[in-house]
Amino acid sequence: MSTETKFGDYGGQYVPEALMPAIEELTDAYERYVLDNEDGFVDEFRQRLADFGGRPTPLQRADQLSDRYDREVYLKREDLLHGGAHKLNNALGQVLLAKYMGKERIIAETGAGQHGTATAMAAAHLDMPCEIYMGRRDINRQRPNVFRMRLNDAAVNPVDVGRGTLKEAISETMRDWAGSVETTHYVIGSVVGPAPFPAMVRDFQSVISEETRRQFDEQVGGLPGAVVACAGGGSNTMGAFAEFVADEDVDLYAVEAGGSSLSVDEETGVAPNSASLSIGEEGVLHGARTKLLQDGHGQIMESHSVSSGLDYSGVGPELAHLVDEGRVVPTNVDDDAALEAFHRLSREEGIIPALETAHAFGFLEAVAGPEATRDVELPETVVVNVSGRGDKDLESVIEETDGRDIEGAPSMEVFE
Amino acid sequence: MTDPEADGSAGLESAFEEPAFVPYLAAGDPDFEASVEYVEALARGGADVVELGLPFSEPIAEGPTIQQAVVRALDAGMTPERFFEFVEALDVEVPLVCMTYYNLIYQYGNGETASDDRPVYPFVERAAEVGIDGFVVPDLPAEEADLLRAACDEFGLELVFIVAPTTRGDRLETILERVSGYLYVQARLGVTGARADVSDRTAESLERLAAHEGARGVPKAVGFGISSGEQAAEVVAAGADGVIVGSALVDIVAEGHENDDSTEAVAARLEAKGRELKEGALAGAQRRPRPEGT
Ligand SMILES: Cc1ncc(COP(=O)(O)O)c(C=O)c1O
Repeated sequence: MSTETKFGDYGGQYVPEALMPAIEELTDAYERYVLDNEDGFVDEFRQRLADFGGRPTPLQRADQLSDRYDREVYLKREDLLHGGAHKLNNALGQVLLAKYMGKERIIAETGAGQHGTATAMAAAHLDMPCEIYMGRRDINRQRPNVFRMRLNDAAVNPVDVGRGTLKEAISETMRDWAGSVETTHYVIGSVVGPAPFPAMVRDFQSVISEETRRQFDEQVGGLPGAVVACAGGGSNTMGAFAEFVADEDVDLYAVEAGGSSLSVDEETGVAPNSASLSIGEEGVLHGARTKLLQDGHGQIMESHSVSSGLDYSGVGPELAHLVDEGRVVPTNVDDDAALEAFHRLSREEGIIPALETAHAFGFLEAVAGPEATRDVELPETVVVNVSGRGDKDLESVIEETDGRDIEGAPSMEVFE
Repeated sequence: MTDPEADGSAGLESAFEEPAFVPYLAAGDPDFEASVEYVEALARGGADVVELGLPFSEPIAEGPTIQQAVVRALDAGMTPERFFEFVEALDVEVPLVCMTYYNLIYQYGNGETASDDRPVYPFVERAAEVGIDGFVVPDLPAEEADLLRAACDEFGLELVFIVAPTTRGDRLETILERVSGYLYVQARLGVTGARADVSDRTAESLERLAAHEGARGVPKAVGFGISSGEQAAEVVAAGADGVIVGSALVDIVAEGHENDDSTEAVAARLEAKGRELKEGALAGAQRRPRPEGT
């Protein structure tokens, strides 16, 4: 088997020359160990995902939401994976691969901190030293995750350039890698970056749709009508979609962060959203050709989302391609709708979702809720990927909720 | 190739006849007018080629010094179109190489030329028009460069590639097949930034290239970390045809900006530093071991 380096016109390897040999070495390792299971890599990965990670995660019927939306709503519970998000699937896969490759050190970037946490856990589990780059702004809004990384003995390096979010953290990690490439593996956190990362990360994450497919057939019979997942870089998205892409009858919805508005301010170079699939233009960033938030000159715009894990100006090239092909429907919900959905899922189902995940539920409300605003023909059975749990977000949710009028949301004021 | 005399410069071929000094500055840092003066000062200081950075918001190959220069230039309003005006405003004889990232080249003219689906051509055409002689694009490896190579050929521009200390075998072949102008030999792994010492990996890389058939006839200019005349001499003595110096010069611009120094004062410092580096490069040639048979 050989690696997909391009998805239609997207993908490729746009990186500094110093990194190219490492990318060739990684491609070779990916083909041998991941695609061909050399030395039993895949078996060991699966075993560790089960024992350390807690797979398979359940596919659970959401009773209250099924009533509310008058259709069968199922939840793929990646929030129950060790670490609290789908990110461990990829982090464990890559750290293990680095070990098979004989690398001595792990570096990674993180936005919400979930990927950093998963990488720090995987690195501690497999006894590898680990350093994580994280934007200063994200450090401030995701303190519990910062502490978790440090508990697992990872160094957390704040990134001060730009707005201090995921885009800057990725650039900084690439700079580290350019100088340390002979001994270090860069664990990219989503289906982004130069080939082979987008295909490899998708493969590690596709355990989500592999299980969903089997579980849905066992529990319900046949295939679900639709799969809905939030999309930042798109790793939980591609993971949840991968095994369904060939089934044209299964609708695939990628829900991006609409932020505070879909309009962009070219003057300040800021997009108050992270909706690169919905409104982005083709360009080259962080090693791949993909859809990007950029101004008319090709400068990359700063993005915005209430959830730091979606706050990125680009998106995975395969997802961009599937959108162009009409296979994946891109959509988005704004910060307010995501916060409302966050509270609704917590209240109705007893599941506190990550703010990223809450976007997927915001979409359900917008198309099938009592005051549906969107005209989308949603099928009778829907699987929503619960990409992660919301513990990490509580500080920002308390702050963000206070400034808004969200029906039924608890207030902390009564305790002050 | 276009007539090298057409834009008043001598083109890249003759730039490496003696050990060359190749300075880099981010165009528009800290502002348009001062930056024009700074480039002209470096030309007076002995530059043989000038690498002009067209600032991109995600400069992944740059260290902190140049990242900050990029931010200053962008904040002062630098855009691709302003960059071309910048080149037109320069009164220099030396050849100019545009150093930028692929997305800016790819996007230029996008939308206005919707019927023409030849991305990169509008940028290269405009660059040729204002007198740019070539490009360095650090996030465009040779494998992805066919489109830009073809456009450069059409408009008579050179396409410089970087050779890293890790570049070997097939990759080196691929680069040598596509390079023109000069090879940018990266002195060390990592990102740009001035360093106190010259890495031994430079000599190693130069030896590897000297032994390579396909690298004959292409000048080799060493960059990444060179900051003094003495280092320039060392690198040339080790076999380089030129030295590329960025961060050490950008540091002078940054310091002048922070201290609110006059443009003339900063320009004078750049000119003097340029002279030191050029003299270093020339002195390095004297120290080269004599080739056998001469
Ligand atoms: C819980 C959760 N969901 C989703 C995302 C978005 O990433 P991706 O689109 O790659 O799944 C993140 C990123 O940190 C996350 O933590």
